[in-house]
Amino acid sequence: MARLPLPARRRSWPVRHPGDLAMHGIAGLAAAGTILVLVLLTVQVFRQARPAISRFGAAFVWSTDWNPVTNAFGARDLIWGTAVTSLAAVLAAVPLAVAAALFLTELAPARAAAPIRTLVELLAAIPSVVLGLWGILVLGPVLAQHVEPWLGSTLGFIPLFSGAPSPAGLLPACVILTIMVVPIVAAISREVFLTVPADLKDGAYALGATRWEVVRGVVLPHSAAGLTAAVILGLGRALGEAIAVTQVIGGTAAFHASLFGPADTLASRIASQYQGAVSDIQIASIAFLAAILLVFSLVANVGAGLVVGRLQRRRLGVR
Amino acid sequence: MTGREASPLSGGARLRRRRAASAGAELLSLLAAFVAVAVLVVVVVSIFLKGAGALSVHLFTRTPVPFGETGGGIEQALIGTAELVALATSIALPAGVLVAVYAHEFAPAGVARLVRLCLNVLAGVPTIVVGILVFTLMVKGSGQSGWAGALALSIIMVPLVARGSEEVLAVVPATLREASLALGATRARTVLRVVLPTAVGGIVTATILAVARVAGETAPLLFTSSIAATTVNTDPQRPLASVALSIFADSESPDPHAHQEAWAAAFVLLVFVLAISIGARLVASRARGGRLR
Amino acid sequence: MKTRSETSLTPARDAAPSEGLLSQPAALDVLFEQRSPAEAEPLEPVLEARAVTVRYGAAVAVSDVSLDVHRNRVTAFIGPSGCGKTTLLRTFNRMNDLVPGAVVSGRVAYHGVDVNGAGVDPIEVRRRIGMVFQRPNPFPKSVFDNVAFGLRLHGLKDDLSGRVEEALRRAALWDEVKDRLGKNALGLSGGQQQRLCIARALAVEPDLLLMDEPASALDPISTTRIEDLLRELRSQVTIVIVTHNMQQAARVADLTAFFSVEPTGGDEHERGGVLIEYGPTEQLFTRPADRRTEDYVTGRFG
Repeated sequence: MARLPLPARRRSWPVRHPGDLAMHGIAGLAAAGTILVLVLLTVQVFRQARPAISRFGAAFVWSTDWNPVTNAFGARDLIWGTAVTSLAAVLAAVPLAVAAALFLTELAPARAAAPIRTLVELLAAIPSVVLGLWGILVLGPVLAQHVEPWLGSTLGFIPLFSGAPSPAGLLPACVILTIMVVPIVAAISREVFLTVPADLKDGAYALGATRWEVVRGVVLPHSAAGLTAAVILGLGRALGEAIAVTQVIGGTAAFHASLFGPADTLASRIASQYQGAVSDIQIASIAFLAAILLVFSLVANVGAGLVVGRLQRRRLGVR
Repeated sequence: MTGREASPLSGGARLRRRRAASAGAELLSLLAAFVAVAVLVVVVVSIFLKGAGALSVHLFTRTPVPFGETGGGIEQALIGTAELVALATSIALPAGVLVAVYAHEFAPAGVARLVRLCLNVLAGVPTIVVGILVFTLMVKGSGQSGWAGALALSIIMVPLVARGSEEVLAVVPATLREASLALGATRARTVLRVVLPTAVGGIVTATILAVARVAGETAPLLFTSSIAATTVNTDPQRPLASVALSIFADSESPDPHAHQEAWAAAFVLLVFVLAISIGARLVASRARGGRLR
Repeated sequence: MKTRSETSLTPARDAAPSEGLLSQPAALDVLFEQRSPAEAEPLEPVLEARAVTVRYGAAVAVSDVSLDVHRNRVTAFIGPSGCGKTTLLRTFNRMNDLVPGAVVSGRVAYHGVDVNGAGVDPIEVRRRIGMVFQRPNPFPKSVFDNVAFGLRLHGLKDDLSGRVEEALRRAALWDEVKDRLGKNALGLSGGQQQRLCIARALAVEPDLLLMDEPASALDPISTTRIEDLLRELRSQVTIVIVTHNMQQAARVADLTAFFSVEPTGGDEHERGGVLIEYGPTEQLFTRPADRRTEDYVTGRFG
């Protein structure tokens, strides 16, 4: 078969030399290992959870008990805590992060954009345990002494803002998660905005559009899919954060509407049980929590990964 | 058709309204960027202030003291973290680079896409779940160990190293590969002698950023290497202490001395993480001859 | 028409010296009576550029260019790459404002008003002076919404569908898209997309239309359609077209300006785009006044 002598981009080279074969094999094994880890994650977590799954079944999801003495375990309050904190964090972080990314790509002069971008993304470099320490010893007391009483007196008629102020609880967890989600959503949004062709923006400007009209009419519609992925990835980050949330949330499973009171999330409950798990059924129940978390994160990340992968390939110039 | 008469080009009331709307939106976006940066500054400055006050040389030279006493340190945790991260890197660096080489140099397009998807998904799995996985594989039965902790950390590092490496493999010019192949080199030799040396700067950057990330990871160690002795231990067969877990345990403690120790340890950890994150970005931007990335 | 443009590409040896770079009413009137007696209306400047210089940082892109753009005429800017044609075009509707580091000096007057003057809003300028780009750039929206985009911005919402239809008809696209107005514009062919972009620009009723190599990304058949369209539009709007293609300039333009990259200022290494010659197209192609123009139109220029 006639072949071009040296094609510029070959995706799969025919294997001939022993050295090539070996390298292809070793590299392929490493790649297979990555896939294997994902499979193992799913299999092992569910296997570990099996005693709890067979004992509690679906009732685990809406049962409220978490009693190591009576060996009764359920996740309803934890799912509630996870949902409240993650959704609040995403709701707060996404507008902020998207607006900041728009500032970086559409407004800021290049000389200012580069350092600001670095600073925003450095937020993501702060270890969660350090952020959690700051959350419980600095943020929590400030919220309890100044912010929560004020919220309670002005918005107290809304159940979310009722109840007694407390340094540990849902509100500081929401704030900490917001701080964690902002740099992730900002970084992805920025990449997404950069893929909007300059041609398109010029076309809108040439029709006499203002900057905001260009953003609203061209940049945002063009970025819709990428922004969706950014939001999902931000949500995934918030759902799975264990340490910082454990430090600030108070560690009490409770089903209450107030943001002020202590609560617990799936991930923080797993983290807080690390030394205390004694019975097999308790360990299985912890694994059950991990399995729920894993399913959430797999669904979110496969969905977002398909979108982000497409963006990455566009940037890497491969199919 | 007759042309429009020359009329003022200043625009009318409607344009003034549109201008105002745009100015408002621009101001909000500026404000958002400002808030994001301000949060970083507030958090970092407040940790620096608290941490610098609590810092003493004992932190680096002594091990913890019993509840209520002062003058303890986290020497064992510093040594443990260094060892955990070194072990994790020694697993994740070769594995991550090999995955990137496979995806970018060998795999058919469909397989490469699957590998990339898996890396993205793996990067998004909650780190505490990774800890549970290693717990089921290594800890159940035989107990916690430094190896288990390092394995958990390496699973978190691999997607970071692999994705970063593939980004630099993608910018290695195809002409370099062709030149090597045209000289009769095999593909393995081309990758080893031409492609990887060209990409080594980017691979190092990606690895350093991954180190910065796992040096502060706590969740994957909870179930794998948390029940460590308070004395210095370098044997990875036994659980290794870590700075991150020391901070976690101290922050949960009711003892104000423990809080002081937590601040000091957080200061050390944060300085380390920020310094190497910024350093890696500077090196990367210098290599690219451009701006900070 | 065809014959004329072919013969016009053969330069006459006995080139008469040009009298100047600006308008030469007497000579032009003669030409227009030859081409199309009905169009022989007097020349009236829509836009006057005086001593326009554009710098990007230290580099000079356009150096000291003065010329007039005349009502209901097609003016072509030709010249080699990097001679500043596009940059000059983008000073007319202040698109260079969007390029970081671009500094424009000199005066660009639109109907006598300095477009860079105090109190002038670039958005109003861009609304009056439309632009079509090198590559078709329809928005990823429906055909209808593309044309309606500018109308909605400027509040021209009464009889929106009537205005959209009118613009599409003027761009000779209506018959091809009237049954798919709701479909995504990216589904159109390249030539159709470019005519959609022309319709989008025409919809807000500019009296001056700037076209930056509008056919360079299109196949020959689409190019012919765009050129036919330009000749039709000439009676309604004033057009300035930048083109790499000399035949195209010869086919569509009443007036042609030739630019080249020349040393500017004292420094030997400082080079930028300068206007070499400007006049009736036929004269420029058959009796160029400047040897550099002659070299370029005869293909002797690298």
